[in-house]
Amino acid sequence: MTDALLSVRNLRVEFPTRRGVLTAIDDVSFDIMPGEVLGVVGESGAGKSLTGAAIIGLLEPPGRIAGGEILLKGQRIDNLGAEAMRRIRGKRIGMVFQDPLTSLNPIYTVAQQLIETIRTHADISEGEARKRAVALLDRVGIPAAARRIDDYPHHFSGGMRQRVVIALALCAEPELVIADEPTTALDVSVQSQIIDLIKEICAERGAAVMLITHDMGVIAETADRVAVLYSGRLAEIGPVTQVITAPEHPYTVGLMGSIPTLTQDHARLVAIPGAMPRLNAIPQGCAFNPRCERAFDRCFTERPEPLPRGDRRRVACWLYDEVATAGQEKAHV
Amino acid sequence: MSDALLKVANLTRYFDVSKPWLNRVLEREDKQFLTAVADVSFEIKRGETFALVGESGSGKSTIAKMVVGLIGASEGTIDFDGHRMTGTAGAEMRDLRRRFQMIFQDPFASLNPRWRVGDIIAEPIHTFGLLKGAEVTNRVGELLDTVGLSAKDAEKFPHEFSGGQRQRIAIARALSSKPEFIVCDEPTSALDVSVQAQILNLMKDLQDEMGLTYLFISHDLSVVRHMANRIGVLYLGRLVEVADGKRLFTEPQHPYTRMLLDAVPDLALSGRRRKPVEGEIPNPINPPSGCAFHPRCPLAMPRCKVDAPHRVETATGYAACFALEKQPA
Repeated sequence: MTDALLSVRNLRVEFPTRRGVLTAIDDVSFDIMPGEVLGVVGESGAGKSLTGAAIIGLLEPPGRIAGGEILLKGQRIDNLGAEAMRRIRGKRIGMVFQDPLTSLNPIYTVAQQLIETIRTHADISEGEARKRAVALLDRVGIPAAARRIDDYPHHFSGGMRQRVVIALALCAEPELVIADEPTTALDVSVQSQIIDLIKEICAERGAAVMLITHDMGVIAETADRVAVLYSGRLAEIGPVTQVITAPEHPYTVGLMGSIPTLTQDHARLVAIPGAMPRLNAIPQGCAFNPRCERAFDRCFTERPEPLPRGDRRRVACWLYDEVATAGQEKAHV
Repeated sequence: MSDALLKVANLTRYFDVSKPWLNRVLEREDKQFLTAVADVSFEIKRGETFALVGESGSGKSTIAKMVVGLIGASEGTIDFDGHRMTGTAGAEMRDLRRRFQMIFQDPFASLNPRWRVGDIIAEPIHTFGLLKGAEVTNRVGELLDTVGLSAKDAEKFPHEFSGGQRQRIAIARALSSKPEFIVCDEPTSALDVSVQAQILNLMKDLQDEMGLTYLFISHDLSVVRHMANRIGVLYLGRLVEVADGKRLFTEPQHPYTRMLLDAVPDLALSGRRRKPVEGEIPNPINPPSGCAFHPRCPLAMPRCKVDAPHRVETATGYAACFALEKQPA
């Protein structure tokens, strides 16, 4: 685990408010290997986007990292100053946001934006930067790139804009791309194009991807491993095939059951009763306990840590605390 | 005729998207029209769920709004239970209006934040003069109970509820005039999946209990598959295919339906390699000639660029595509 590209260790993000401190991300740890696609799923308010924002140093004040470490190739980046962080952002970590219209500047042409970004990170002439920008646009699938590069963002459709944003995120050849709901604003037929593009182009350049989405289908098709967040805590993390076909945390089980599929018939969907707790009312013990069918005494008092299950999987649920369960069974005998 | 509750024939809607008069005069431009819905016909049987799917700009919501009368139709007719709705007004329309209701996409925008939940739900009851006095309060309590909230929630304001709970309130409001037919315009797309499942289950239960008929509009194919008996697929305001619910997914007929199904991310992890989807939806102000889908269609023939296809019977329903027409023997 020492060769991880990105290591997040016990990350804690807090929002101090007048009515007390809200903990939006609570003790989340995970690694991303070089070239790996890590999917991060969860419902709205689970802390997916905040995790991404914390890594890239774009937390909106008063939000702040209150604990834990973020390491990029073994180097701490969570305590860097604004200037040092600015050099990493874009150069080593690229970012693709949900809404392509708000992440492009409407009053500059695509060429100006791309060339500016390329020249910020690489010491090359404007002409060379332009050549590189055209090649990049061509690579992300923009037809007639050499002509369209001088268009403004509003000349492009939603899918094409998202391609431009991807080109922008990749132009300094980052090692990690954080894609925050890159396809949520797009139609399904365009969504599949964009997902394929992100996957292909990152594999080609050996960049790792942190793919944040609420769509399990997207994760299933794209990611190598998936982390499931609930109430700012890590519920389950593991290889995507294992988590999707055999989820273990009761929340993941419910989440998978509540998604209608195109191939199976369900008379009723498995609905998880209730809703995710508000940040100021996270219950004691396991945050999922009010909605969990399998909750027992320990879940209401003690918070479960992500426990290893097999080599590559961790599940934060007392049901899988083998040591304790074994002890209980002995007690029964 | 007897079992068709809603019959829509040749429904068309244009929107005037012209520049202001002075600009048109100075720039010598003609008026511009956007055809949001073009020549759409379908029937909904009593007690069934008919779904309309399509990508953004395909005219789903415009059809929903025309069906409930929120906007008028440019051409074509809508018949509800044998009564012509297009062109009807006054007392007759008011009578019909009680019998259908609508649930909107965004439960944060569709409930008045300054009204108490009880008043919101009671509004249709007062509007149609269905009940009086204490009976209203009882009925509101009953309705809240039906949708899984408690009668004392009537005193609260919408901001005190989560998204899923607000959508329950919107459903209770839709049910309060005892309608037979409910138009649901993306009722769950603003909700998280676990909450979406609760709302879909509730809607199915209510349908079983009350014999409701739904026009269900969504862009999410898996949700539509779960809910609908029959499905219509829209592309650029044109109905390209109508088929029986499950069979649309096993035997898609129209090339657009096939493309759409191919594009949906697969949870089954079958590892199948998707066929890359070509192109994007064209601009509806200036749609392609002939069949609107021909620039993206793998089966396009010269004829598709010239003529608009008419509907042909298929094994699962009907579709509008020349490639599906039987060759004249």
